[in-house]
Amino acid sequence: MNGKEQLLFNIGVVDFTLVDLGLFLDTHPKDRRALEYFRHYAQIKRQLCREFSQKYYPLTLAESDSEKAWTWGEAPLPWEGACD
Amino acid sequence: MWKYEKRLQFPVKIKEPNAKLAQIIISQYGGPDGEMGASMRYLSQRYATPYKEVAGVLTDIGTEELAHLEMVAAIIYQLTKNLSMEEIERSGFDKYYVDHTLGIWPQAAGGVPFNACEFQSKGDVITDLHEDMAAEQKARTTYDNILRLIKEPDVCEPIRFLREREIVHYQRFGEALRLTTDKLNEKNFYAFNPGFDKCENCNG
Repeated sequence: MNGKEQLLFNIGVVDFTLVDLGLFLDTHPKDRRALEYFRHYAQIKRQLCREFSQKYYPLTLAESDSEKAWTWGEAPLPWEGACD
Repeated sequence: MWKYEKRLQFPVKIKEPNAKLAQIIISQYGGPDGEMGASMRYLSQRYATPYKEVAGVLTDIGTEELAHLEMVAAIIYQLTKNLSMEEIERSGFDKYYVDHTLGIWPQAAGGVPFNACEFQSKGDVITDLHEDMAAEQKARTTYDNILRLIKEPDVCEPIRFLREREIVHYQRFGEALRLTTDKLNEKNFYAFNPGFDKCENCNG
């Protein structure tokens, strides 16, 4: 894995943690440990996504930097195998 | 509303095209227990629940199912990429090819098109949550059957991830059902439909 692939992989790992914790918190909204984990990993995900969009391409519309050029459409398509 | 993240929930990187596998796996795209039915089921059912926690579970699991739908599509896309005419004919993929070329279209492995009759939205939260728990088990069985039919590690890995999620969703729906019955009359959960009946004394 090169740097880009590794960073995208890490985003996937951290986001999966958030998806799973989110579902758990939906039915256990007062679980203190889950709340702490969620806040911790949400912070890491924001950092990783910011780093990825600055170095490579935006993963979301909100991270598109329209000042230089509209790069949203140039990013590799996830189903092309660009997801690791 | 929804926002798109330009990545798959779990990596799909298949080295060799294989139209035979694609024809099996497409059932989890548009088949009776596939991801299209799953996402539409939960996202349709959530309006009829009077309980915010349950609507939250249905929304979040329904959203994750959309990510699974995209993963299954990516698997089929990569398994059918760059197929030769000879491979299309030899693998039996010709019947799909004649109508869709290599486009992704929701159907079951047997060729039956996706149909909304494959899920219910009954307008009764207890009924809907029971259906949801059954749906997760049916999808889990389908993934188990797929895993008995395929051996390729790069295909098995994302399928195993999807199978595991069915088990987690089943667990969460079970908890949502418990949250629901906790709010109802413990002597008779079915005394009234909390999503329909207006009854001041029904909450026991």
